Amino acid sequence: MGGTAQDPSVEGSAAARLHWRPVRLGLEIALAHAAGRLSRLAGAGGGTTLPGKLLWKLDPGAIDLLGRRLPRGSALVSATNGKTTTAAMVAEILAPRVRLAHNRSGANLVSGVASALLHMGDAELGLFEVDEGALPEVVRRVRPRAVLLGNLFRDQLDRYGELELIAGRWREAVRTLPHETALVLNGDDPQVGELAGEARTATVFGLDDPRHAYATPPHAADSTHCVRCGAPYEYAAVYMGHLGDYRCPRCHHARQPLDVVARRIELDGLEGVSFDLVTAVGEQRIELGVPGLYNVYNALAAGALSLALGASLAEVASGLGRFHAAFGRFERIVVGERRILVLLIKNPAGANEAVRTLVDGGAPRVAVIALNDAIADGRDVSWIWDVDFEPLLAGLERLVATGERAAELALRAKYAGFDEQAIDVLPPLAAALDRGLELTPPGGELVILPTYTAMLALRRIVSERGYVRPYWERAA
Amino acid sequence: MTSLLVGHLYPDYLNIYADRGNIAVLERRAAWRGYGLDVQAIGMGEPVEPGRHDLLYIGGGQDREQALVAPDLAAKGEGVRAAAEAGAAVLAVCGGYQLLGRSYRDVAGEELPGVGLFPHETVAGERRMIGDVLLECELEPGLRRTLAGFENHAGRTRLDQSGVPLGRVVAGFGNDGQSGFEGCRVGRAIGTYLHGPLLPRNPWLADWVIAQALAHRLGEAPDLEPLGDELEGRAHAVSARRAHERGGRR
Repeated sequence: MGGTAQDPSVEGSAAARLHWRPVRLGLEIALAHAAGRLSRLAGAGGGTTLPGKLLWKLDPGAIDLLGRRLPRGSALVSATNGKTTTAAMVAEILAPRVRLAHNRSGANLVSGVASALLHMGDAELGLFEVDEGALPEVVRRVRPRAVLLGNLFRDQLDRYGELELIAGRWREAVRTLPHETALVLNGDDPQVGELAGEARTATVFGLDDPRHAYATPPHAADSTHCVRCGAPYEYAAVYMGHLGDYRCPRCHHARQPLDVVARRIELDGLEGVSFDLVTAVGEQRIELGVPGLYNVYNALAAGALSLALGASLAEVASGLGRFHAAFGRFERIVVGERRILVLLIKNPAGANEAVRTLVDGGAPRVAVIALNDAIADGRDVSWIWDVDFEPLLAGLERLVATGERAAELALRAKYAGFDEQAIDVLPPLAAALDRGLELTPPGGELVILPTYTAMLALRRIVSERGYVRPYWERAA
Repeated sequence: MTSLLVGHLYPDYLNIYADRGNIAVLERRAAWRGYGLDVQAIGMGEPVEPGRHDLLYIGGGQDREQALVAPDLAAKGEGVRAAAEAGAAVLAVCGGYQLLGRSYRDVAGEELPGVGLFPHETVAGERRMIGDVLLECELEPGLRRTLAGFENHAGRTRLDQSGVPLGRVVAGFGNDGQSGFEGCRVGRAIGTYLHGPLLPRNPWLADWVIAQALAHRLGEAPDLEPLGDELEGRAHAVSARRAHERGGRR
């Protein structure tokens, strides 16, 4: 809607419109905030995103105006996998020096960005993670000074349609960016690396340590055929899904030269990972407190964007060193005498990395996997059949399948050759959590792999039970 | 031990909706009855030799991948049709189902050639038909069974008047969102939009396909010993409920 701003009978001449606009914006902001407070008072929840949703409905143009109030502009982070973690890393790097408006809770549609803007207070810079599909709209509205594009994997085809549609929207969004906007791209993803095109320069990041490449590419690899001519790529190294050092044997489309690179990567099981961050302005050893190669990608992306926003290499290194898990992403929660380790899974590429990191860190003997099929999880659950769960299943003595689609998940394990008798199928999450804890010795750690809404529900259960969270946990 | 030979068409290109789940189900359920199952990839430039494979499997891909394989598949058309006429079973899901028809016209209006095994033509529409879906089928006269799955397609597939659908849509869109039909059957060949994947939660169809492939190999289909299928039944029930709750809605 928002059509009233163009309605001359309401607003009269252009001069009157100019005069009226700030007043109207102020009213809308007040109304949106009041709605949020009411929602919280009524105990209806949703109080944090409601103001943004309302403002977005009332007057989409208000978002543009609010965005322009940020003296240092806005930076956007989008990707299929890692956007929440990457944005949280950027926040950690920039926070000591810059006041941020940041949609930290992961509400990443246009309304989520609007909510963060409504709560911006005296923020100087907007830092927004943005849903892949919402990127063009957010770009149009907030006119970012920097855009980071991380990766495109098949994800929730029921919601987004085909990968190619999203890639097309991203190409369109990049074309509309002003020339002065800094563009930061993952060069290891053929679809993303290609976005720079010939028209503009971009900062390109990627991995350079073939010791950590997959011996055989994972099953769920997506863009393994040349984005230009369709021939299968030849990979010198595959690091994650279809990300890596690729080259087309037919038309010679290849990974671009890298501006920001991770070298000498050392994985430290479930504890962390370290690497050399190599840039045009120098090199720095990075010590991360979160594990896995996918977090190297996240840290590399965060570092590249922060540098583009004016951070120093030292600030990048110390910010990344301080960083701990974002909301449900490799998050440890103390539950009485045991701990739970929560790894969000939402698509084949991300789940494969979660499995790979777990197995590298010493495969667990019990795991709870929670599969829901709400819109935010993907209504189509077929993706679990594209996840390489086999290395995890090989070490398991007992699997607890839970969530609305627990039976489907149990079938995934059964047809992988896992003993049906060793599976507990318990759709209610609380029951599955109890069963998992019962199977875990005191002092031990229970691994839980939930989809998005299952992760939220799980957090609600443990907080209702009053378990203490680690001190560094910053609730969203 | 009798072993079935499966020809899996373009596994590197058409694998988007967990097609390997379908293959895994066929492998296990054949093995539990004492039959082996060898899966051979049939890629670009490799012909389909009639009589060689007991089952041809083709899965779904995105528009881009489908466009990449379509000309090659059309060139294999005679081999595929001859194999089916000689009694090989065929299972085609989603994009593979479209490409085994006469033609597929994508959103941009570009026409991809088809194999002509199934009597249908497909034209992509603006809005995708996405959601849970439930069918009622009667592959054997008098024996009605349901299939539960998920559909996600822009293509509207129109069967010829004489074409036999796989089933009637109980909830969901089906071939074109209007006819009330879903999929197509020609002898031992089955095509459908249902993924999810199709076979784990619809084990009776997996067994039907195995029986057809065995009939090609042995001359007649042996009786397959029934399996417990308790988990499969639970998964089917949830999927069927979803189709009733929210199938076929935009």
